[in-house]
Amino acid sequence: MSGLNLEHVTKQFGTFTAVNDVSLSVPDGTFVCLLGPSGCGKTTLMRMIAGLDLPTRGSINLAGHDITEVPTHKRELGMVFQSLALFPHLTVGENIAYSLRIRGVGKEEQKKRVDELLAMIHLPGFADRSVSKLSGGQRQRVAIARALAISPKLFLLDEPLSALDAKLREAMQVELRQLQQRLGITTIVVTHDQREAMTMADTVVVMNGGEIRQAAPPVEIYRRPADSFVADFIGQTNLIPFSADNAGRATVLGEMVEGLSIPQGAKGTLSVRPEDVQLTAPGHGVIAGTVSFIRDLGGAIETFVEAGGQQIVAVSSPRNRPEVTVGQSVGIRLDPETSVVLAK
Amino acid sequence: MRREPPQRLADYGPLFFPAGMLTVFFVVPFATMIAVSFFQREQGGFYQPAFVLDNYARFLSLFFGRVLGFSLMLAIAVAIACVVIGIPFTYLLSRTARKVQILWLVALLSILSLSEVMIGFAWSTLFSRTAGLTNLFVWLGLMAQPQALTPSFGAVMTAMTYQAFPYTVLVLYPALVRLDPTLTEAARTLGASPVKAFFTVVVPALRNTILATLIMVFIFALGSYLLPQLLGRPQHWTLSVLITDQAIYQSNMPFAAAMAVFLVLVTLGLVGLALYAGRQKEAA
Repeated sequence: MSGLNLEHVTKQFGTFTAVNDVSLSVPDGTFVCLLGPSGCGKTTLMRMIAGLDLPTRGSINLAGHDITEVPTHKRELGMVFQSLALFPHLTVGENIAYSLRIRGVGKEEQKKRVDELLAMIHLPGFADRSVSKLSGGQRQRVAIARALAISPKLFLLDEPLSALDAKLREAMQVELRQLQQRLGITTIVVTHDQREAMTMADTVVVMNGGEIRQAAPPVEIYRRPADSFVADFIGQTNLIPFSADNAGRATVLGEMVEGLSIPQGAKGTLSVRPEDVQLTAPGHGVIAGTVSFIRDLGGAIETFVEAGGQQIVAVSSPRNRPEVTVGQSVGIRLDPETSVVLAK
Repeated sequence: MRREPPQRLADYGPLFFPAGMLTVFFVVPFATMIAVSFFQREQGGFYQPAFVLDNYARFLSLFFGRVLGFSLMLAIAVAIACVVIGIPFTYLLSRTARKVQILWLVALLSILSLSEVMIGFAWSTLFSRTAGLTNLFVWLGLMAQPQALTPSFGAVMTAMTYQAFPYTVLVLYPALVRLDPTLTEAARTLGASPVKAFFTVVVPALRNTILATLIMVFIFALGSYLLPQLLGRPQHWTLSVLITDQAIYQSNMPFAAAMAVFLVLVTLGLVGLALYAGRQKEAA
């Protein structure tokens, strides 16, 4: 069994359960993002993978070996901390070479590897600089290079980009993903930023309340959310309650809607992305509503519609600007293809 | 924030009080001492204004040289002992719960309220044959019969380290609390065992604090004159003991002053050397 495998991992702090019975399989060479709001247990889960916290129950396997009880310094991993944790008393080169020095690698070889890594992070010739004289983005790169110095089996990053400004963060996301693909290294990133997760991950693991709510590729997470938490947390969505009669006909916000494939007699919630909401003329088979507000952002137009006591948002591009004004009655058509049924 | 340099004399006003206090209570006595160190001693415990180097000449003997050497060695040993025990202690303390930290700090601060005399007699009791620690060891079966551990060099060292330890912790504590705990975690993920991480990350990152602590304890220990007398043999007496002896019992003020001036000069020289060495290493 290769890759990283978590089985029924649980972590309790006193009576508080931070991570509850999590099982997860990460194949070799994949990029996984642990995504969730703060306090969802994602950082605790990563700290257990790193060995900085021990699980209360469950086991962690890496490349076929049980590493649940193996101390951190014997796990052969690389980790980037939220604070970056660069050693202030060492230069850039000494920081990067730290893991090599600890392992007794020769001076010449250390220097060669440091130069290689500095070239990889586009900071050649920085070896003798003091880490306190670097910019935020440069410190970030040095922390990444330091973690990769020994070519670790597992690359862990805990909110690595949160200290950077928005523009630099977006650029680093792309760079980090390209680096990971080039090295083919198994990587796990903890983040609360869904754009970051969508940009970088092969698999997004959405967590809440110490549990995994869904683990799937980014597009599937977006298109086929497993529950209303995931649908709401990833991107914008309209959550609309529905009920179905015994013939399978769905009633949504008091209107009989045709074409939805819903199990007979089911009740639940529909998740419809704002870009999938079609505004039409009011009529039979569509949900009736009134336009309450229009937000024109230039690149996209958000139309807010009151329907059956609920607000539904439709997003359209400037080319397909809906011909509506505030106060106008409109119909909302739901496409069965893009309306996800979230069972209750 | 930009500040204007002081323009008028009145702008220096806030400095007058501290400058005055420093002059009256430090500069004037110290200058008096330097002056007295060149005075001529008269029989009967008095001295006359003069400019003679006799006092310094007398000091340049093997006996006083040995005492000076011992005093410096003792102060350095106490400083090193305090830092070696203090760093791991404070490091572990800074990682415990807030409540535990406060309890320890209050206990350590309470040591400061004890006078040197009390510390001296407490340790001389603990090191005595009749009521000392060795009785406990005998009871535990570690020793055959109780014995006196004082007077001895070890007893002097122990008591002086005990006395300086609270200062050591108080100087180290803020630096260790501020130290980012993820630094050691990062070192561990990079392959360093917890002990190795401590020595390759925590200690070097605190180098300046450690140097400052060493200098502070060194100077503190250099002034100790009661504990060596209470717990040591005559060969464990420091220069401070001899200065007191000359000034009070032999009534030889000029000689005592000369020794004190010399001690201050040697101390300043050593501290300067330590700071210089620290700076050199930082630049390298």
